[in-house]
Amino acid sequence: MRKLQSAIARMTVASLCSISLGAAAAYPEQTINYIIPFGPGGESDIAARLQEPLFKKLGGQPVAIQYKAGAGGAAAWAQLNSMTADGYTMMGTNLPHIVLQPMEKDVGYRTADMTNVYWFHYTPDALLVTADSPYKTLADYLAAARKAPGGVIVGGTGTNSGNELAKARLDKLAGIKTTYIPFKGTGAVNTALLGKQVAASWGYTTVKLQLGDQVRCLAVAMEARHPRMPDCPTFRELGIDMVGGVYRGLAVPSNTPAAVQKQVAGLIGQINKDPAFVEKMLDNGFTVVDVGPEQMKDFMDKMNKEYAEAAKDLGIKAK
Amino acid sequence: MPGFEYLLHALSPMSLLIAFAGVLAGILIGAMPGLTATMAVAVLVPFTFGMEPGVALIALGAIYTGAIYGGAYSAILLKTPGTPSSIATTFDGYPMAKRGDGDLALTLACLASVFGGLVGAAFLLLLAPPLASVALSFGPVEYFWLAIFGLTLIASLSEGSLIKSLIGGCIGLLLSMIGVAEVGGDVRFTGDSQALLGGIDIVSALIGLYCVPVLLELVASPDPHMRLGSRVSSYRLGEGMRQCWKSRFNIIRSSVIGTVVGILPGAGGSIASLIAYSEARRVAKQPEKFGTGEPDGLLATESSNNATVGGGFIPTLVLGIPGTPPDAVILGALLVQGVRVGPQLFGEQSEIVYTFIYGLFIATVLMLPVGLLVGRYAFKSLVGIPKALLAPSVAFLTILGSYAVHNNAHEVLQMVLLGGFAWVMASWGFSASPIVLGLILGSIAEGGFVQGYLIGSAKGSALAEFFGRPISIGIIVFILVGLLYPVLTRRFGKKEMKHEYA
Repeated sequence: MRKLQSAIARMTVASLCSISLGAAAAYPEQTINYIIPFGPGGESDIAARLQEPLFKKLGGQPVAIQYKAGAGGAAAWAQLNSMTADGYTMMGTNLPHIVLQPMEKDVGYRTADMTNVYWFHYTPDALLVTADSPYKTLADYLAAARKAPGGVIVGGTGTNSGNELAKARLDKLAGIKTTYIPFKGTGAVNTALLGKQVAASWGYTTVKLQLGDQVRCLAVAMEARHPRMPDCPTFRELGIDMVGGVYRGLAVPSNTPAAVQKQVAGLIGQINKDPAFVEKMLDNGFTVVDVGPEQMKDFMDKMNKEYAEAAKDLGIKAK
Repeated sequence: MPGFEYLLHALSPMSLLIAFAGVLAGILIGAMPGLTATMAVAVLVPFTFGMEPGVALIALGAIYTGAIYGGAYSAILLKTPGTPSSIATTFDGYPMAKRGDGDLALTLACLASVFGGLVGAAFLLLLAPPLASVALSFGPVEYFWLAIFGLTLIASLSEGSLIKSLIGGCIGLLLSMIGVAEVGGDVRFTGDSQALLGGIDIVSALIGLYCVPVLLELVASPDPHMRLGSRVSSYRLGEGMRQCWKSRFNIIRSSVIGTVVGILPGAGGSIASLIAYSEARRVAKQPEKFGTGEPDGLLATESSNNATVGGGFIPTLVLGIPGTPPDAVILGALLVQGVRVGPQLFGEQSEIVYTFIYGLFIATVLMLPVGLLVGRYAFKSLVGIPKALLAPSVAFLTILGSYAVHNNAHEVLQMVLLGGFAWVMASWGFSASPIVLGLILGSIAEGGFVQGYLIGSAKGSALAEFFGRPISIGIIVFILVGLLYPVLTRRFGKKEMKHEYA
């Protein structure tokens, strides 16, 4: 099947333009620039570091991981389309960031400007409390919030971020009101949670696994329980229809030929099938997903719709 | 001593070699203006993936501690902090170099860094779990007051007039507000430019505000850029040791300050060295000498910033919360390695932890010979190099360094514009440090204030949140003492004088 695909790809490219022929014949042929639109040490970076050895093993070429942080990723995304479009420059891309950011204000790119070739994992939203918190279950948390509207203080990273979105969704679905405190980065939220500055925090499965027994996960926004967190129920089990989190993937400059995009996606898909890689991703709280070029349009349409709805809950006025 | 058997593991030839290479690489990267300790660690992380976890940690710790120390070179020799941690090192380090004591300043920086690093590592070894709770006792309100405390220290920086320093601090505060607000997401002062959405980057501001004026001065004046000491080829090690012994209380106090500030996530080496500097100045017999090349100032900043390395590892390893930005990178690397940090690390995976801590000791000790050698070489080559070659090389480094911040040309432009601004301001007697401090502390104060206000309001009273918490009250007392101390001593001093006359 893969052979057939690459054969088709080769023919398509050959007919499109002869220059790309070399690139299509064998991909990759040189080092791939992998740009992370954030600083080092975060989820995007850790995932890229786990992928790194497999690019070499499966593709035969190394990747050069670079960081272009700024404006919550927008600084890098605004520049993506002016970069070399030959399949050797790719950039991390995040949902809901690339939908919510341009909705709010002019950040130098629009959601439609992003050429996402693959979504490869997601980190489900998780509601966390400290191990000795009086909230033993989600029911305790909801009861406390009902008793004192706005009195339960929850932390998360950033404003209009994935965390605040999760907070707004649960508030709406459960009919409660909580106070959200935005912090600068996961480290700061975790400090506030463990130091009991906030009563609970919105994080991801990755955060729960990183903090270990110091925190308890009240519920996770997945369809089924995370294999490494068997004690944490899903929201659905508890009667709240909430599934979501941050999706991470790769985008390329928009001029990258469709056939080359397919090759990039093919390599990422192959990495996503490596059993040891999938295990390591799970250990760190990531859930591997496969949204390739074929499913991309449907997936993005669905997500755009979902986030447009959610943006209303956050009070974002579309420009 | 806990886990002593792992000392032998940390002393294996492989570990020693790795620690040596890490320290050397760290020093070289840290010495380049613009290439920070965070970057040094991030760039070199991939090389550690092939190593076993304990050794990988030693490598990263060695790079980190080397880079924090390396920042002192450019601070002393070029008046440009190599990393934000060495901002306060420029105050006395550069004047020392100017008057021909650059070699002594480098030796003192090395000795102080090694001592500070050892104190930080000792706290990490002996008291990590109890000290980690310090990190958790600081909430948004405490960070707000800490930042305000830092801002009051502008008054104690003795460069130029007080009014001009305060104006500079305000300019820095305004600069810190540019971009998307951390809390609330408002877009401020960007003039519709997308390049400013991310705000003014501290590292590019450091290079611009400090280095560009020095560079322009270098070109504009006919004097030699550095006076030669009488004994260029010597380390002046004995003299340095004697000075350190004389200032032993200063060094110990500064190292403890550095360790404690290092434990606080979100504070870091720049704040630690500033607090240590102003404390050293406050208790000094001749505080007016600070800022004119006083070795005590240099010893305070360099011992405290290296102490933050060990201090920062305390919350990183015990709680899984990075104490400083380079710790965040190291934490990420550990996760990739499959090491679970957290309280259990000291129990289940104690082999890794203790191998690392002893490795950090060894790396810190190795900093002494490596640092002295590199320092002498750097000093000799900088003194010997003709100005016509030095100026363009430094100019090239500033552009390289500011580009490396985010791999982006925006920061280069920012750096050049801020540099031009600083040069004009310098001609009117404004110095760079208050502006930079306003820039760094402004965002900490703002975040802490808004978060504290939101939390306080949700609890019922914002006032109680800001003025009712014990640690907040403690910091407020420090602020008041700091502000009123000069007034009180003046009055007290006068009374004493009268007594003498009577």
